Parts: sequence; structure tokens; C-alpha cells
Amino acid sequence: MAARAAALPSPKARQSPWPGLAVGLSTLYLSVIVLLPLAALSWRAHGWNAITSAQAVSSLKLTLGVSVLVALVNAVAGTMIAWTLVRDRFVGQGFVNALVDLPFALPTIVAGLTLLALYGPKSPAGINVAFTRWAILLALLFVTLPFVVRTVQPVLLELDTEMEDAAASLGAGRLATFRRVILPNILPAILSGVALAFARAVGEFGSVVLISGNLPFKTEVVSVYVFGRIESGDAGGAAAASVVILTISFVVLLAIGGFRRWVTRHDR
Amino acid sequence: MIGKYVVRFASLGYLFGLLAAPLGYVFWRTFRHGLGPAWAAVTTPDAVHALKVTLILTAIAVPCNTIFGILAALSIVRYRFPGAGLFNAVVDLPLALSPVVVGLALLILYGRGGWLGGHGVVFALPGMVLATIFVSLPFVVREVVPVLREIGTEQEQAAATLGASTIQTFTRVTWPAIRWATAYGVVLTTARALGEFGAVSVVSGRLAGKTESLTLYVQDRYQSFDEVGAYASAVVLALIAVSTLLLMTMLKPKEETR
Repeated sequence: MAARAAALPSPKARQSPWPGLAVGLSTLYLSVIVLLPLAALSWRAHGWNAITSAQAVSSLKLTLGVSVLVALVNAVAGTMIAWTLVRDRFVGQGFVNALVDLPFALPTIVAGLTLLALYGPKSPAGINVAFTRWAILLALLFVTLPFVVRTVQPVLLELDTEMEDAAASLGAGRLATFRRVILPNILPAILSGVALAFARAVGEFGSVVLISGNLPFKTEVVSVYVFGRIESGDAGGAAAASVVILTISFVVLLAIGGFRRWVTRHDR
Repeated sequence: MIGKYVVRFASLGYLFGLLAAPLGYVFWRTFRHGLGPAWAAVTTPDAVHALKVTLILTAIAVPCNTIFGILAALSIVRYRFPGAGLFNAVVDLPLALSPVVVGLALLILYGRGGWLGGHGVVFALPGMVLATIFVSLPFVVREVVPVLREIGTEQEQAAATLGASTIQTFTRVTWPAIRWATAYGVVLTTARALGEFGAVSVVSGRLAGKTESLTLYVQDRYQSFDEVGAYASAVVLALIAVSTLLLMTMLKPKEETR
């Protein structure tokens, strides 16, 4: 047996009919398009007062604070919407399912403009949040809506109802069943969706720029702050602040990757 | 049983208030005086030029990222190479990175005094193309990777054993399996490329009639207090987005029943 196994090429060696060309070409492309500009950015970053100034700190704090709030709202609303799409049946469900992807397809500047039209100074509904922190929250909730829904939905679809039936037959109420049986199963998906939504919220620009008013110390998010530094010719300072955002995004991404590997560690 | 309706109405209410109502209202605002004013607003020379710029950017970025996307997905799934984890994270980076940071990075690299500065890249079309490619890079990779993983290598190995060349194995075995995922990725890439704003805003210099894409034109019109122009061009973009959604919905079932 052992001799035969040794005679066969290992699965790894046979895995690929493709030459290393694919790896080489895609690494080159990735380096030129993504890594080279980011290397230049990090190299150019100087003027650390651009990130320790009161205005920079205030914009960073605001961005992180609102993004945490956005992540929390998404955890609840996203899970609920995914639940409605998978477990509920109603007329027009297909339409609602397609609607969830809208923020991925709609340009961010259009998202900002539409929110401003309905919830701005000329609001027909009489709700005006323009140029307040609520406006930032609203814009970020709009653009991050699909993340949690789209990560939780497939997990919920695959989840067997047998365990829930068992829990119910053992006398668990609907809430207890959700908390003890369903939630542990979908929690990894919720967390990874939430992390994506958070990362997206931290860097968001287009949807916020029109509706927030960009008032320093009040409604200026960090992307808008960086944009302002660029406009006033302080590329070094803008780069320094960018490195901070870049680090946050990268750490969140690595954390999601690590978390996914940890959750699926038994599948491989 | 009441709980079921509470969840349903809370979910639908959230979606209505956040997505459907604002978008519906903008459509109504644009067309409430008929098609005439809206049509006039989106056929001005600057608007038409902006649409052209947007289409050029998309037409270059989408094919580049599609070819890269397939190669990168093959690399990630079919190869074990040093730095694969990092490769993966860098592919995802444009999803999480602020577009303003992307624009700034390009500005520093290709701008005055940059490592590759002085070739007319920034404040011109080439810089906008690079920005668009950067932000729309991950989508094809992300869609193709799970499918490649799922189909495994047995069929490819069988083809290779029967004497098929690498190219034949790809066109006859691998490609038919990943084509719907690729198509879905292409739709997402197109949507992202058409709608890019922040990165393009930084590198373009925003010269009306020259380096202004349609998203920049929307902002320009709004800030010039030309509401009809802003809403009408936003509606053009929204219509493209809705068509994208329809395409996505049409492609999705095929992917799931494969």
C-alpha cells in the first residue's frame, strides 16, 4: 500500500495543469496596480501633525464612532432582513431580494444625493438631517446594507430546521430557540458581514460628502479630512492620515480572513 | 405568530425608508414635469462628454480586471505559493480601502515629484483609468474563487490524463464551469467602475468637458445649484444601476442551480 501511494504523484503536484505563469502575471498586475501606489503613499507620508492635529483626531474619532454604530445596526437589521428573505414567504419577495443589492450597484454619489433629496432641507417628509451626524449614519447605513444580509442569507438557507424542531419539541420558546440554536450557527456569518460593513464605513466618501456638510469638528469624516488636505496641497499630511486608514482597513481584512480560517478549521 | 409579522414589517420598513423611498422620490422629482427638462439636462455637451468618459473608463477597466480575475482565482485555488495569504488580502484590499486614499496614492506615484511622475497620468484620462481599475479589481476574483474550489480538480486531471493541453483543459473543462461566476463578477465590476467617485475625483482634476466622469458631473451640477441637471444625471446612473441589478438577478439562479 505504502509503496503504491509513494509511486503516485502527490495530489498537490498533480493539482495544477496551469504553469506558474498565472501566479506570475497576476502578482505582477497586483503589484503595479495596487502595491506600487500604496508603497509610494507610505513612503511619502510625513508631517505627523496632520494626524495628531485636533481636527484630524476629531474626524478619526467621529468616523470610528459612527462606524461602530453602523456595524451594530447592521448586525440587527441585516440579520432580520436575511431572516425575512429566507424564512418568510410573501408576494414580491424576489423584488425585495434584488433591492438589497441596490447599494452595491448604485454609485455612492447618487446614494448621497437621493438621501439628501428625501431627508434634506427640502424634505417632503419634513425630516431634515442634512449637515448633522445623523446624516452620516444614514449614508453609511445605506451603502453598507447588503454586507450582513448577503453573508447571513446563504448560511440561513443551508441551516436545517431539524435542530429548531428538536428545540421546540423540548419546550424551548421561539426566542430561546433563536438564541440557543440559530444564533450560534449564524454568528460567524454575522461577524464577518459586520466587519466588512465596518471596514467599508471607515473609508466611505462619496455618499457622505454631499449630505454631511463636512463641518470640521462636527460632521467631517476622515476621508473628507484627507480630501481636504489634498485640496490644500498638503500631500504629505494627507498621506500620513491615509496610512492610518489603510492600516485599519488592512487589519480588519486580515482579522476576517483569520476568523474565517478559524471557523472552517474542521472542514479542511 | 405575531412575531413573524413584526420581523417582516420591520425588515421591509427599513428597506423602504433607506432604499426604496429616497430613490423613488428622486425619480419622481426628475420626471414630474415630464421627460423634456430631464432629457435636455442630460444631453448638454458636458453631460454627454461625462457619460463618454465614464464609458471609456469602464470599457478599459472591466476587460483588464476580468482577465486578471480569472488568472488570480486560478493562482489562489490551484496553487500553493509562498505569500498566498498576503496575495489574498491584497486582492481584497480595494474593497475596504477608502477611494480617497486610492486616488491620493496614484496622485503621489504619478504626480509631480513622484516615482513615475511627469507622464501626464494625473489630471488626465490615464490616471482615471488606473483609479477605476484599482477600485473594481476584486470582484471577478471573489466570484470565481469559490466556484473553482467547489468543482475540484478531478475533471481537469482527467482531461490532462487524456492528453489535453493546458489551454484545451481550460477552454473545455474549467471555463464552462466558471463562466457564470465570471459573468456575475463582470456585472459587479461594471457597476463599481461606472459608479466610482472618490478615487476619480482626486486624480482627475475635475475639468468640466475634459476629465469629468458622470459621477463627478452629478456633484458638479449639484454644487452649481443646478438641481435638474444633478437629479437627471443621477437618474441616468441609477437606471444603469437598476439594469445591473436585473442582470445580477438573472445570473444568480444559474449560479445556484449549477
